[in-house]
Amino acid sequence: MIGGLFIYNHKGEVLISRVYRDDIGRNAVDAFRVNVIHARQQVRSPVTNIARTSFFHVKRSNIWLAAVTKQNVNAAMVFEFLYKMCDVMAAYFGKISEENIKNNFVLIYELLDEILDFGYPQNSETGALKTFITQQGIKSQHTKEEQSQITSQVTGQIGWRREGIKYRRNELFLDVLESVNLLMSPQGQVLSAHVSGRVVMKSYLSGMPECKFGMNDKIVIEKQGKGTADETGKSGKQSIAIDDCTFHQCVRLSKFDSERSISFIPPDGEFELMRYRTTKDIILPFRVIPLVREVGRTKLEVKVVIKSNFKPSLLAQKIEVRIPTPLNTSGVQVICMKGKAKYKASENAIVWKIKRMAGMKESQISAEIELLPTNDKKKWARPPISMNFEVPFAPSGLKVRYLKVFEPKLNYSDHDVIKWVRYIGRSGIYETRC
Amino acid sequence: MTDSKYFTTTKKGEIFELKAELNSDKKEKKKEAVKKVIASMTVGKDVSALFPDVVNCMQTDNLELKKLVYLYLMNYAKSQPDMAIMAVNTFVKDCEDPNPLIRALAVRTMGCIRVDKITEYLCEPLRKCLKDEDPYVRKTAAVCVAKLHDINAQLVEDQGFLDTLKDLISDSNPMVVANAVAALSEIAESHPSSNLLDLNPQSINKLLTALNECTEWGQIFILDCLANYMPKDDREAQSICERVTPRLSHANSAVVLSAVKVLMKFMEMLSKDLDYYGTLLKKLAPPLVTLLSAEPELQYVALRNINLIVQKRPEILKHEMKVFFVKYNDPIYVKLEKLDIMIRLASQANIAQVLAELKEYATEVDVDFVRKAVRAIGRCAIKVEQSAERCVSTLLDLIQTKVNYVVQEAIVVIKDIFRKYPNKYESVIATLCENLDSLDEPEARAAMIWIVGEYAERIDNADELLESFLEGFHDESTQVQLQLLTAIVKLFLKKPTETQELVQQVLSLATQDSDNPDLRDRGYIYWRLLSTDPVAAKEVVLAEKPLISEETDLIEPTLLDELICYIGTLASVYHKPPSAFVEGSRGVVHKSLPPRTGSSESAESPEAAPTGAPPSEQPAVIPAQGDLLGDLLNLDLGPPVSGPPMTTASVQMGAVDLLGGGLDSLMGDESEGMGGTNFAAPPAGTMPATLSAPIGGGLGDLFDLTSGVGTLSGSYVAPKAVWLPAMKAKGLEISGTFTRQVGSISMDLLLTNKALQVMSDFAIQFNRNSFGLAPAAPLQVHAPLSPNQTVEISLPLNTVGSVMKMDPLNNLQVAVKNNIDVFYFSTLYPLHILFVEDGKMERQMFLATWKDIPNENEAQFQIKDCPLNAEAVSSKLQGSNIFTIAKRNVEGQDMLYQSLKLTNGIWVLAELRIQPGNPNFTLSLKCRAPEVSQHVYQAYETVLKN
Repeated sequence: MIGGLFIYNHKGEVLISRVYRDDIGRNAVDAFRVNVIHARQQVRSPVTNIARTSFFHVKRSNIWLAAVTKQNVNAAMVFEFLYKMCDVMAAYFGKISEENIKNNFVLIYELLDEILDFGYPQNSETGALKTFITQQGIKSQHTKEEQSQITSQVTGQIGWRREGIKYRRNELFLDVLESVNLLMSPQGQVLSAHVSGRVVMKSYLSGMPECKFGMNDKIVIEKQGKGTADETGKSGKQSIAIDDCTFHQCVRLSKFDSERSISFIPPDGEFELMRYRTTKDIILPFRVIPLVREVGRTKLEVKVVIKSNFKPSLLAQKIEVRIPTPLNTSGVQVICMKGKAKYKASENAIVWKIKRMAGMKESQISAEIELLPTNDKKKWARPPISMNFEVPFAPSGLKVRYLKVFEPKLNYSDHDVIKWVRYIGRSGIYETRC
Repeated sequence: MTDSKYFTTTKKGEIFELKAELNSDKKEKKKEAVKKVIASMTVGKDVSALFPDVVNCMQTDNLELKKLVYLYLMNYAKSQPDMAIMAVNTFVKDCEDPNPLIRALAVRTMGCIRVDKITEYLCEPLRKCLKDEDPYVRKTAAVCVAKLHDINAQLVEDQGFLDTLKDLISDSNPMVVANAVAALSEIAESHPSSNLLDLNPQSINKLLTALNECTEWGQIFILDCLANYMPKDDREAQSICERVTPRLSHANSAVVLSAVKVLMKFMEMLSKDLDYYGTLLKKLAPPLVTLLSAEPELQYVALRNINLIVQKRPEILKHEMKVFFVKYNDPIYVKLEKLDIMIRLASQANIAQVLAELKEYATEVDVDFVRKAVRAIGRCAIKVEQSAERCVSTLLDLIQTKVNYVVQEAIVVIKDIFRKYPNKYESVIATLCENLDSLDEPEARAAMIWIVGEYAERIDNADELLESFLEGFHDESTQVQLQLLTAIVKLFLKKPTETQELVQQVLSLATQDSDNPDLRDRGYIYWRLLSTDPVAAKEVVLAEKPLISEETDLIEPTLLDELICYIGTLASVYHKPPSAFVEGSRGVVHKSLPPRTGSSESAESPEAAPTGAPPSEQPAVIPAQGDLLGDLLNLDLGPPVSGPPMTTASVQMGAVDLLGGGLDSLMGDESEGMGGTNFAAPPAGTMPATLSAPIGGGLGDLFDLTSGVGTLSGSYVAPKAVWLPAMKAKGLEISGTFTRQVGSISMDLLLTNKALQVMSDFAIQFNRNSFGLAPAAPLQVHAPLSPNQTVEISLPLNTVGSVMKMDPLNNLQVAVKNNIDVFYFSTLYPLHILFVEDGKMERQMFLATWKDIPNENEAQFQIKDCPLNAEAVSSKLQGSNIFTIAKRNVEGQDMLYQSLKLTNGIWVLAELRIQPGNPNFTLSLKCRAPEVSQHVYQAYETVLKN
């Protein structure tokens, strides 16, 4: 298991060091600094073996988190734990920075003591942790009931929610957040496209509500369609094929496996209910058509057309097209029909921004790039043109069909819960080669 | 209030100041001081001098202060063991605290104080905490047992904590179960032989139930533990798989990978014909793909594992090529791993896409990545023949870019393409030669030299090119030197006239001026070859080379199987077994996949054998189909045994192989052996060790069979008996016997003239008989037989005569004529002379036939007083063409399953039961013609007792 955990700043100074196992000595701290943080060549793997000791590291801004072990640990678990550690810290004190870590080092030690015992990760749900580890020092004056409530929550089946939550207004928010990824060849052929989506839920519900979530999952719709034959025609068309999905630990996986129904008792507040991935019938909101022409050795002509491909009534926002330029660019002249375009020398790119754009529209930019003559034999690698945007629909076609809430003990019903649903489609890695 | 100020105290005399503050009366000041101490500790300052002062602060109600002191204790207790005892009392007291959080804190910290002296004081509190009413305390105590075991294993055993820990597996709280499983798994790892984690269907069921309820981490512990379980049969394996598959939808990638591990392992036990097997395969792909959308570090772990999975079961991801396409912003370690998997998944169906991608990658910035991409193009050419041409032209395009490392890499892979498709793409050589000067890496230079040497006859200035390399011969790396030597010798053999000087030069450079023994040896061999027999040299050096194989860089299968058992762990990331990077006893346990079972291809697992045995009251014990097949696999390790004696064969082969291997390396091929000649059977002398081992039985049989053939070389021959006494035949006495040798039957006759006159004009004839025995040649007595003379004659027989059923079945009526009269006699021939050499039935056939023959055809006999053991029996019978198909051990008895075939095509199946120590054997025979059974039994008797 994990033998020790260190947090360093960008200079390689230790901010936090917690050793769980005897086989990890103080020299391990230095070994990582010398061989990874201060290494002359950037390390090429997140797992490094130095003198039979394995180091796993992740970086958050300029902070290094390293887990150390001498055993054959579950590597996936170590990384998951490091991410979780970051999440927990962020939930307690915000951004992970040197300043924040130094300010909260006692808290961090306390957390590390709680969520990692002898190198075995323990309950690391912030909701549960916050009931007994707080920034204002430890509440030692818990009543007896409170104490047993804490321990049963930390170890219990529903470790992510405590009993006795009360709201005057029962309300929940569902956000369907999708990022659409695309890699397109210069000729407009889709090389790969997929949507990775998340359903994020913010719940403000009293008691221990039992929830059931439904969407236009093809498998479910087809199963139901068999019962009512006439409905298949209508809804079958709108259903989507989900390649794979993963769920928050509150979702009963065995039930999903057998009935494909998503039922759970939600944590209080915001959490990510599910993640999913689709590859079929994706609505690609934008099409990028590049045209690059080399005029002699010192000039490039670039023309890029973007076309929006969705309902004219909808508006895309925060559109940004990034056109890479060669390293030896000396000057750029840009003309664009819409929005603003700028050559950013520090980023080696022309950045073209459009605030809003309706569906089924088209816009274009043309640029003349002047190049300094070089004797560098190597050709310019021509990085792809990338794009950012936000659209108010789900490019995968996912629709929320229902979210039912049952709370048998308290007297509120599904109708009393106020529900909000919102769809946001964003660009993931949305690239067109040129 | 911020804590960062504690990091900035760098004054001198700080320790004294802290000491004073720690002993202050004010609580706040004390706490501040302890924080400062912890901060100093973190940055690596030695604050152990404050030990007593800090420990004094331990007695406090303030939980925050307490936690800080504990933190300090864990760090320094080891350096101050005597002082650490001061803390024991507080721990013991805290373990009784009404607040479960404090009880747990105490037991957690106690385990981290690694001082031997303290440990014994901890036993009582730990025992209490293991049975605490609060699950939070119990789950903490469970881990504490593992901690204590790490410090003092003996103590843990003596105190009976292991049993308590085992009980916790049935705890009502899932988190307690998970921690108990984690602790037990860790302890079990350091006791590989112990049966600590005694997994059985009941405990597995409990774990599977807990799996649904515990935290994500607990699920990982449980899944990792499950992976060590060996289900007893395919049904159990399937039911576990069914309950594990829902985990594939978990958001935590480690849970997913651990579930994949369990599934990959148990899948081995499922029959491929099963519908469920296919379903499972389909279910595995999407979660693996989803792992690729995780954070880059996890992607890396996932990709390293996918690399193993596609080698083990390529069918899972064969349609998912696109997800492994490299993204521009992927970290380099993800890019390199994706590339590896792309090559593995490349096939004719997707090659066009793959090539287009690879070409794209070859223009990227990162040197390692570009090199690997170029190499990948070469791999594609070798793997998918249809794409070779396109790959070559892509490589040529890349060479035109003149980017130094791209060119070198391309030349290395083009060399491999030449080795795979000789005489196909030589047109590109000219382009390659243009880049000769830019090559500065040994591998690329060696590759280029090999190409020049190999195609010397088509390159006009080959001699000039090679000569140019020769100038700096001693500065080259060994690889290049060896290649240059070989290439010049090749050139000389192809164009002897112009290159004599060159070859002289290189030979002397290699033999006289070099310190490298490899180079020198190769030089001398060439030299002698060339000077003694140039024709032979040509045959050797310019021999046709074997093609290189399609797949390379594959992990060796046994290692791959082991690594599959380690999916998700570091071993799977390093692609090394844990013993390669873990110190001490941990990880030495060698894991392996369960053996495959199922109807089509199967091997029996050692545990499965006894359970599969049918009840013993049944007279004929026929093992389950799978078991027989298992034996079959064992037996089939060697070549068929009916050929010439094996021992001599292996010697000859060995010699050939030695030469072949040597030649091969001479020919300048670095890696591949001459696979074809390497089929020598293992010499018999190495085998006896396995004779007594139950699993090695197959091999043992093989050995015995071979020696049987080698020494007996024919079936048992009875001593000659008098068939025709002289009194009845006017002075002619005939005695004889029957033999069977290498497929031919003969009647060995001894004719004695006991009369007073000379006998001549002998002839012999058989009456029609049951098996159509007839003389294959006339009886030839060359000279007349004078009185009192005896002549020995071997009369070859065949079985193509006319058939008539005789009574007894093996009765043979013979007429012998000579110049005096015609005499008749009858004799009984032993049936085993009719047992043919190809009487070995295939196992499946055997099984089917055995079932097919009605039970009433079965006959049972006792063979009494035969002191042989099973091996000796089967080897002895083998000599008479009674073949042992399988051997099993059922409840201490050896069961031999045997078959034999008579000349007229009648099969006889036998089951011979041998009890060690009991000289009486039971023989059950089944045959479609039950009349023969009696005689077969007699044949058994005869063969075994002589």
